[in-house]
Amino acid sequence: MKRRLISILVTSVMATSLISACGSAGSTTIGDEATPRSATIADDGKVLNIYCWNEEFKSRITDHYADYEEVDATHGKIGDVSVVWNITPSDDNAYQNNLDATLQKQSEAAADDKVDIFLVEADYALKYVDTDYTVPVADLGITAGDVADQYQYTKDVVTDSNGNLKGLSWQGTPGVLFYNREAAREVLGTDDPDEVQQYVKDWDTFNQTAEKMVDAGYHMTSSVMDSYRVYSNNVTSKWVENGKINIDDNIMRWVEDSKKLYDMGATGTHALWSADWSTGFYPEGKVFCYFGPAWLINFCMAADTEGSIGYQGGWGAATGPQGFFWGGTWICAANGTDNGSLIKDIMLTMTTDESVLKDIVVKDDDFANNKNVMNEMASSSDYSSKILGGQNPLGMYCAGVESIDLSNLSSYDSGCNLDFQTAITNYFEGNATLDEALDLFYQACVERYPELSY
Amino acid sequence: MNIDNRKAVRYNRWGYIFLIPFVVTYLIFNLIPLFTTFYNSLFENYMSGLTQIGPRFVGLANYVTLLSGGELLTYAANTVIIWIMGFIPQILISLLLGAWFSDPSLRLKGTRFFKTVIYLPNLIMASAFSMLFFTLFSDGGPVNGLLMDLQILSGPYKFLSHVWSTRSLIAGMNLLMWFGNTTILLMAGMLGIDPALFEAAQVDGAKPRQIFFHVTLPLLRPILVYTLITSLIGGVQMFDVPQVLTNGSGNPVRSSMTLIMYLNKHLYNKNYGLGGALSVILFFCTAILSMMVFKLSESKE
Repeated sequence: MKRRLISILVTSVMATSLISACGSAGSTTIGDEATPRSATIADDGKVLNIYCWNEEFKSRITDHYADYEEVDATHGKIGDVSVVWNITPSDDNAYQNNLDATLQKQSEAAADDKVDIFLVEADYALKYVDTDYTVPVADLGITAGDVADQYQYTKDVVTDSNGNLKGLSWQGTPGVLFYNREAAREVLGTDDPDEVQQYVKDWDTFNQTAEKMVDAGYHMTSSVMDSYRVYSNNVTSKWVENGKINIDDNIMRWVEDSKKLYDMGATGTHALWSADWSTGFYPEGKVFCYFGPAWLINFCMAADTEGSIGYQGGWGAATGPQGFFWGGTWICAANGTDNGSLIKDIMLTMTTDESVLKDIVVKDDDFANNKNVMNEMASSSDYSSKILGGQNPLGMYCAGVESIDLSNLSSYDSGCNLDFQTAITNYFEGNATLDEALDLFYQACVERYPELSY
Repeated sequence: MNIDNRKAVRYNRWGYIFLIPFVVTYLIFNLIPLFTTFYNSLFENYMSGLTQIGPRFVGLANYVTLLSGGELLTYAANTVIIWIMGFIPQILISLLLGAWFSDPSLRLKGTRFFKTVIYLPNLIMASAFSMLFFTLFSDGGPVNGLLMDLQILSGPYKFLSHVWSTRSLIAGMNLLMWFGNTTILLMAGMLGIDPALFEAAQVDGAKPRQIFFHVTLPLLRPILVYTLITSLIGGVQMFDVPQVLTNGSGNPVRSSMTLIMYLNKHLYNKNYGLGGALSVILFFCTAILSMMVFKLSESKE
């Protein structure tokens, strides 16, 4: 009997070993991150390692950085330096997990394996910028004068708490409302951007227009998540105040408005980027509008696919109820890089060279991070977007970009935004009351950030 | 006597030598991690962004945090419910198929082919299988499309927004993936029963049903217990299917959040303290469950 008991115990020890193996990886403690290190930049590296989460930056470099030669899907060459693209999708935080692990080993890594450049998004930029893993661009030899024409908000995102600028971006990402011209003609009787704007000029009017859309068999937006950024960028407080989780009034307004829209069938609860969310890129999807910046329409809305609305030039752009920005990609130089002057050249060429930036706008319909270029192109009739049916949306972007306010950005944003959307979906779908859904959010947030309370 | 004994010892020595590789790997990869897990569970130790917090000794505080919330019980209940929903039909189907396949009097054709086919779902990676189901059952997916074309539904049914449809999908996937494996195990068990017993029962005038319930099932018990325990342990560790299907959220209202998905939540910020404590609790749960099953199967002997 005793022996049998022991054998049972041993069997169950073995059985749980899978579980315990996950938990015990912690015995190897990572070196203390708090110790400040001075920036080390060398210059004779033979390999340039770039960490990013999609093909966007690679295609920008391939198209607009003259010295770059493509070797294969993940390798290239600039002069005699070989470029290695390390692309990890950002789903489920995979990009950051991978980057964190690599950065933490940066000081021990061989020179050719060290991260040289990595890209960040606004939602979590502070997490990296406020550490010594990033190098101030001044240390690379880039002066304030070099970047004087860039929009101030793009610099605020990547400025650390000591006022050092630590990254640069080639794009500004003010968002507008992209509407389906055909739906606008059918339901509103016009597809002129200025007249359509009258139907979406503030949230109350927007919600009234939604009723019309429902009656005509259209969805106002594809998902409640579409308008999330528009509300969350216009908050008056941060997600975390003094270590406590804080839900801003404007976020709650999003919940209230979205619940109404969802209940009347004007929108769905699909996650962004899901197949269901994307159905509105095609006429059969019957979606009136999407909110987004320039990169959404040129890079994500299937504009290259035959039959899509974008392919037929069937979108229009209007300012929408409130200004906002979404995403944006910043180039950061990693501490310990051995390609200092090459990084400097890439940063300057891609983010300050006016002819390159103009080219990016024309070829890729992006919104470039340069006041002069954008103001000039906004007022000229030379530029028009094919996807937008010949409209020149740059003036709208230029106006929007001035209103972007980043004073309420925090390093918790990416996690809080995600957890909030996931939890509150339960309320929209009627599986939980508002309070229950908020509890789920707090719970998920504390799991993610154990240092927070609510 | 003395000489015999020494021979036995010398002979036994080979047994021990052959055991060394197992014992060494077991110690390094299983037993030591088990103890370090327990050790880790006594510390506050996680990453806040890129900053390491701790390790700081906090005693049993992690256990108190986990057990006082009550969520743990919910997730345990979710896990058990989804496991039972998959296991009961699985064992019934497997018994039936096993009985058919192992019965020579039925003269089934192509059993070998079907044995392979029912095992095939197990060869697909669970996450790929789950992704497939996610696409099939999404709002605009083919299942909804089919149901609407057949006029069974007027609008799409949101499979992943309802508690029981989500759980059923997870249970159904587990069923599909594992019933082949169980069938083959049970069939092996049935073929191992002495045919003389079946013949004797037939001669005594037993009907097929009586043979199944009074001869096959009792003799199959060791295999059934084995299936139950392996499936139970697999059930406690249920992770990849619901994780991928619900995108890690366990929605709706975390009703399909399993224990290991909850553990995974703590690994986002490398929270080794809470994660370790949860693993230790899981270890004891599994141990107790296994012991209960052993006891139950023993008492009837």
